[in-house]
Amino acid sequence: MKNRRLLLEHVDVPGIDGIDVYVKQGGYASLEKALKKMSPEDVVEEVKKSGLRGRGGAGFPTGMKWSFLAKPEGVPRYLVCNADESEPGTFKDRYLMEKIPHLLIEGMILSSFALGANQSYIYIRGEFMYVLNILEKAIAEAYAKGYLGKNILGSGYDLDLVVTPGGGAYICGEETALLESLEGKRGNPRIKPPFPAVKGLWGCPTVVNNVESIAAVVPIVRDGGDAYAAIGIGRSTGTKLISACGNLARPGVYEIDLGLSVEEFIYGDDYCRGIANGKQLKACVPGGSSVPILPHFLVTKTATGEDRLMTYESLAEGGFASGSMLGSGGFIVFDEDQCIVRNTWNFARFYAHESCGQCSPCREGTGWMEKVLSRIEHGQGHMHDIDLLADINKKIEGNTICPLGDAAAWPVAAAIHHFREEFEWHIKHPSEAQTRNYGLIQQPVVA
Amino acid sequence: MMVKVTIDGIEVEVEPGTSILNAARKIGGDAVPPAMCYYSKLPGTGGKCRTCLVEVAAGSAADPRPMPKLVASCSTPVQDGMVVNNKTSERVHNNRGGVVEFLLANHPLDCPICDQAGECHLQDLGYEHGSAKTRYEEERRTFDPIDIGNKIKLHMNRCILCYRCVFVANQLTENRVHGVLHRGEHAEISTFIEQAVENDFSGNMIDVCPVGALTDRTFRFKSRVWFLKPMEAERSCTKCCGKAVVWMFGNDIYRVTARKDKYGEVEDIDGKTAWLCNDCRFEHKSANDWNIAGPRVINRHSVISQGKYATSMEKPVKRIG
Repeated sequence: MKNRRLLLEHVDVPGIDGIDVYVKQGGYASLEKALKKMSPEDVVEEVKKSGLRGRGGAGFPTGMKWSFLAKPEGVPRYLVCNADESEPGTFKDRYLMEKIPHLLIEGMILSSFALGANQSYIYIRGEFMYVLNILEKAIAEAYAKGYLGKNILGSGYDLDLVVTPGGGAYICGEETALLESLEGKRGNPRIKPPFPAVKGLWGCPTVVNNVESIAAVVPIVRDGGDAYAAIGIGRSTGTKLISACGNLARPGVYEIDLGLSVEEFIYGDDYCRGIANGKQLKACVPGGSSVPILPHFLVTKTATGEDRLMTYESLAEGGFASGSMLGSGGFIVFDEDQCIVRNTWNFARFYAHESCGQCSPCREGTGWMEKVLSRIEHGQGHMHDIDLLADINKKIEGNTICPLGDAAAWPVAAAIHHFREEFEWHIKHPSEAQTRNYGLIQQPVVA
Repeated sequence: MMVKVTIDGIEVEVEPGTSILNAARKIGGDAVPPAMCYYSKLPGTGGKCRTCLVEVAAGSAADPRPMPKLVASCSTPVQDGMVVNNKTSERVHNNRGGVVEFLLANHPLDCPICDQAGECHLQDLGYEHGSAKTRYEEERRTFDPIDIGNKIKLHMNRCILCYRCVFVANQLTENRVHGVLHRGEHAEISTFIEQAVENDFSGNMIDVCPVGALTDRTFRFKSRVWFLKPMEAERSCTKCCGKAVVWMFGNDIYRVTARKDKYGEVEDIDGKTAWLCNDCRFEHKSANDWNIAGPRVINRHSVISQGKYATSMEKPVKRIG
């Protein structure tokens, strides 16, 4: 199937969450190949060749991240899987772990082998307790089959794998906050440098990777890095899980080849099948709540009139003026009836709630933005509030310890940039704004 | 080998690994960025308040590219050939003003009834970098008061969450019973099940607090600090160094604090940081308890450092009325 290629190929096979069905479908073949025929360096080399980029949002090349890992003598190294998926609009990792847990576990063993880690962790979001149970059952099966534990498949390589739940905080998806939380401390992001590759978990070199990145190592080892890199366009290689939600005819998790056009993804029969109830597209947040929102005329085309593609580069084309980001792949679509002010307030409320409160711009700034947006949404805004919001954004952006401050500032900045008229209408017509939405704004379509 | 760094056009040589802030302190004067959370005597502090943000115009001699973001000078180590702009950067000025606005947004501004007034770092910071009017129209955040014991008053509404008191409890006392609860806007300094903060060195939390969030209950509402004479004093103490500043009015000691330097940090005496024990701080308020050496020059805070008592005790200023 077109939207089920590498990671989700066997996801609909009954019983795939059990190890027997998974092995029957070719599971753990990559692991056997790696442990019997490859050295750890070979695995790293294949991942480098594949061009795989971090699927958690930042898009940093995974192979390069691995090669930064410090390897001092006599010091353990750790691999930590970041399964603290909590970005609004993003639910791809949960789907993968829930449906096909052994893919993640096989990826963890392969990646740990490549990095020389003998103890690895899956840090899972606290709200995903039922997924934790699925993973723990799968890990127990893997131990019983000898894929985990001492002397895996007779190769002499040892690995223990543990799943640890968080307490339910978005900030623990930030890698250093995750490590603090994993160590049993308050989940405050650390001051960098040092980066985790040098001083991570318990002061030891650590790699933190997203669930999807780790799962992607399985097909990369099976088919080779070159085969993976053959999918996609330019520096956006391979497949990507996209969790599509909002006013779509068929929302859900899709595995797309990077390079698919946005138009095909929204309207194609293999994918989302257009906007629900025959409505029109108003706006789209293509990569999870923290990336800039795009108005309808910039979703399928860039500002220069080229087709917008589902790649890291194409979605970012035009910078913050007319572009956005692929981010984590949380694809949120708004139809003509949705209120941008209300949505922006909703996002701002999320970030104000999830800020750790450690550094002052984020602690005070996110709360301030939330209050101002709440006032505007509830008909008590002033015209100067719009400029105030834009200015608060500028004072937060880049001045915080971790990227949460930026993530909180960007969606508000982009909403004001693209939908300023709607904000003004809310302020000018406070009582009307309480009873109806502004609707599809009539912006000129760029030719 | 020493590394060379240029801050606001002034070159200085420091040990490798020194932070930009400490290199700037070696230069002194206007080159020094303000710091609300960093405390050189408490390892691990810093990076949180963001008031010490500076612009790095050149990363190092080997890689002279500028750093894209402003960096926290307290937690960024210098590199050889680094060029830093502090006072000379418009961008730093703007963003620091933004940070001060954030710190003041929910601050109660109750200076007229706050014991810290006159020696408050946030007052100084607001005076230097704040604006005359606030843009914050929302209701200010408040916290329910909690009792942390009969010696220290916690006034959470004034707190800027610098975490210094948490580091004091971690590093100077055996058991930390207070910390930060909740997150974001609701983060607060609190104790574990309303336990009192009681141990021999808990009083140092008052000295490290940059604002009026932790104040001395034995001195509460007794006097404005600028009406008192700071005097260097000493007593023999088995728990601490016994070297303090006593704040006097006539022959009465109103309060006892540690000796602080121009950055508001407790001084090193004989190579050790002169932290005070609670016994010296709270229990010895009679002039007979102390061997008083002479006036102490306070050269940080605008109000106290007016110089009334700074030069000589022989000619006290005559007050009108």
